[in-house]
Amino acid sequence: MELAQMQKSLQDYTKSLFLEGVLDSQFLQLQQLQDESNPDFVSQVVTLFFQDSDRILNDLSLSLDQQVVDFKKVDPHVHQLKGSSSSIGAQRVKNACVVFRSFCEQQNVEACHRCLQQVKQEYYLVKNRLETLFKLEQQIVASGGMIPAMELGF
Amino acid sequence: MATNSMGNIQKIKKKLKVLIVDDDPLNLKIHEKIIKAIGGISQTARNGEEAVIIHRDGGSSFDLILMDKEMPERDGVSTTKKLREMKVKSMIVGVTSLADNEEERRAFMEAGLNHCLAKPLTKDKIIPLINQLMDA
Repeated sequence: MELAQMQKSLQDYTKSLFLEGVLDSQFLQLQQLQDESNPDFVSQVVTLFFQDSDRILNDLSLSLDQQVVDFKKVDPHVHQLKGSSSSIGAQRVKNACVVFRSFCEQQNVEACHRCLQQVKQEYYLVKNRLETLFKLEQQIVASGGMIPAMELGF
Repeated sequence: MATNSMGNIQKIKKKLKVLIVDDDPLNLKIHEKIIKAIGGISQTARNGEEAVIIHRDGGSSFDLILMDKEMPERDGVSTTKKLREMKVKSMIVGVTSLADNEEERRAFMEAGLNHCLAKPLTKDKIIPLINQLMDA
């Protein structure tokens, strides 16, 4: 594929992530922090997010599977995931965590189980989409091209 | 100093020394990058107790301290109170979650903060505070 075409594909793909609400402007803020001194900043931050989230989701599954659910353990995990998803602009994950926390407050186990599934769904979606985005970027760089800057002008 | 079209300082002339206090490695990485992007230098502490030890042992002085609220060992409220008791004169900016209610934010401010910002932090949120520091 031609370089210009790859760059256009990347721009269109990134734009679709914002339009679908998968990412919000915080992701742009991270991209704007990336520079020549740290060209992998965004992927490093996102990798940290993936590592944290995998651990948190595993802990949440275990906590909610207990006979007596200790919401003092569940809520901090959801709070942490909400914070980290917000920090990288994973909007739908963040929103799912907000709903999850409201059911933690009510100590509604059944609803929390449903929320966990929703959070996992949104998380795997954003993970998949971001991995695709980084692959597209790598292809452009490997072809000697520059990653086009993205602006929220749509 | 470089300015954008709005006249805001994008890079600061003097190397501001910033202490970032946060238990989340992801936030630490992002906040360190923000401080570097605006021309400052940063040191990190993983919780409030570390922040207190840094001030007690090294006699370090920072222009700005970014203080997370929820942390293990010693939280942001307790750390801010302790640092003020230790006569730390740095600008301390609390970093709160949007989920924090007004009462929680007020308690944090009353501990001795100069300002409070909601996560996630961005350059645009921090730069006006830096300008204020530079003017002082």
